[in-house]
Amino acid sequence: MRPKVMEEIEALRGVNSAKVKEAHEAGKKVVGMYCVFSPSEIALAAGAIPVSLCGTVQEPIEEAEKVLPRNLCPLIKSSYGFAITGKCPYFYFSDVIVAETTCDGKKKMYELMGELKPVHVMNLPQTAEGEDSLEMWKKEIVRLIKFLEEQFDVEITEEKLRDAIKLMNRERDVMRRLHKLNAHKPAPLSGIDMMLAQWIKGFNVDKEAGIELIERLIEEVEEQIRQGIYAFDEKAPRILLTGCPIGLGSEKVLRALEEAGASVVALENCTGYKGLDVMVDEDKDPITAIAEKYLKTPCSCMTPNNRRLDLIKRLAEEYQVDGVVDLTWQACHTYNIESYTVKKFVEEELKLPFMQIETDYSDSDTGQVKVRVEAFLETIEIPATTN
Amino acid sequence: MHYIGIDIGSTASKVSIFNDNELILNFVMPTGWNSKETSLVIEKKLAENGIDLERSKVVATGYGRVSVPYANKTVTEITCHGKGAYYLLGKDATVIDIGGQDTKIITLENGKVTNFTMNDKCAAGTGRFLELMANTLGVSIKELSDMALLGEDINITSMCTVFAESEVISLIGNGTNKESIARGILNSITGRVYSIAYKHGIKGTVFLTGGLCEIDSFVNMLSKKLGVTVETNPLARYAGSIGAALQAKNI
Repeated sequence: MRPKVMEEIEALRGVNSAKVKEAHEAGKKVVGMYCVFSPSEIALAAGAIPVSLCGTVQEPIEEAEKVLPRNLCPLIKSSYGFAITGKCPYFYFSDVIVAETTCDGKKKMYELMGELKPVHVMNLPQTAEGEDSLEMWKKEIVRLIKFLEEQFDVEITEEKLRDAIKLMNRERDVMRRLHKLNAHKPAPLSGIDMMLAQWIKGFNVDKEAGIELIERLIEEVEEQIRQGIYAFDEKAPRILLTGCPIGLGSEKVLRALEEAGASVVALENCTGYKGLDVMVDEDKDPITAIAEKYLKTPCSCMTPNNRRLDLIKRLAEEYQVDGVVDLTWQACHTYNIESYTVKKFVEEELKLPFMQIETDYSDSDTGQVKVRVEAFLETIEIPATTN
Repeated sequence: MHYIGIDIGSTASKVSIFNDNELILNFVMPTGWNSKETSLVIEKKLAENGIDLERSKVVATGYGRVSVPYANKTVTEITCHGKGAYYLLGKDATVIDIGGQDTKIITLENGKVTNFTMNDKCAAGTGRFLELMANTLGVSIKELSDMALLGEDINITSMCTVFAESEVISLIGNGTNKESIARGILNSITGRVYSIAYKHGIKGTVFLTGGLCEIDSFVNMLSKKLGVTVETNPLARYAGSIGAALQAKNI
């Protein structure tokens, strides 16, 4: 049975787009962000509202392809398409966009996006390892602080940064506790609902209200666990989904897995658990602490990216998964190449079944995705449960 | 009791029937554009052969597996090809199935599918590619394959079926002989299978299923490219339907 609070969470889509408009009209500043590398704390400390931007739907891709090449990842095309068509309220009401040099496709797209809005691109190092990388990234954090201070004519004080860090840590903590509910066997929440709740948080204009809502969801789910009400039964194969980000509109592989009877219990991707794993250290100097946290994001744009393997291992164990599915958006070179490493790691080290699916947002390969997913689940044998 | 496996593929539909443990009949027909109609034609054909569906178990597989209204169960073609190949070969293997729209590499361990890889959504390296290229040259797939053995070892470099066709047309325009073009086409298939198979990992015997197993020249060229002797079986085109029929026994 689906928790009742999920309806309120779904309704946030409408609520948030109205709230971002209200906030804009009331003179509040809005900072649009695409990526889990974007430090929301800085925007909050500048007295602005950080919001995620749309990029998970097929529809605006056609418009984007008037400018962008066709063989580019759908996430970049969708993001750009939303921006130029004015169909994403969050982009529309953003005063500035904060972006990063994650992959080549994105960083070149941001150049074009700069024609529409002030786009501040943070230079990410190519590796998360070593002192130099951290120093460089710290400078980028400082550069962002200066940019927002100038844009909004405000002062970002240490105190404001500390408050913002606490707020964001509280949001991370509640989202992490929510995600961990599905470590329970059988899982109380469907993977689709988990994805929705995790993805929608980025659009929350009112962070406190968002945290409160998730607290209530956790309470309701915990009560369901006590009553023995679950989203799937014990026989459902438990899947860890890793790879490229997904949101509403690009959830086709997640949906195909659950429609075929799997229970997607862990989302390692950056719209799921990836950004929740590490907190910002509240005792350290705020700039160092923020830089350290974000640089630890185990994204395939970093080389090497062993932290991702470590996270997959921890999640696979904690969530007692029966298989790992790696989703790659077409033309996402970094995740696509890294899939080979992940496959070897999952099969040889974790001794778990692994499958990569490379696809885009369209429905053109629905049949093929279905065959792969079903065949993968047919290969997974669920050991008889002992409890 | 009859156990029937029906494999509605993108190009051909295959049917295999067991009478208890004995494989008594296999037949194939083009799928056409309507897999529901194909399944009704199959139903009629089964009746003509004295098969009483009321007293049989039916498993459907392949792309049209959901279009067989009288099936008791559907299973994916990956699992069915694996089971069918194990039945035909009698031991574990790495199964290569070159289908109409997909090429699949399947690892069998203890008779069970433990891993598989499929080509991405594109006709490169599939039976459909070969069929289109044969049409461009105005020959059958068998003729194309036999011709290729006599040709020079050239390469068709386009991975995309549409572009490969233009490449073939420009080769014809340049006066390259048909045999060499045929060789290029076959090289493109075996090359594609080579990369998918090795990315997947080859263990033990390599067993080919799908319609191409009936063409010796193709099996030879594939063996050469993979560097191992590719084994097959006259019934390997029915691996999917045989596997489906075997699964009908578990219903």
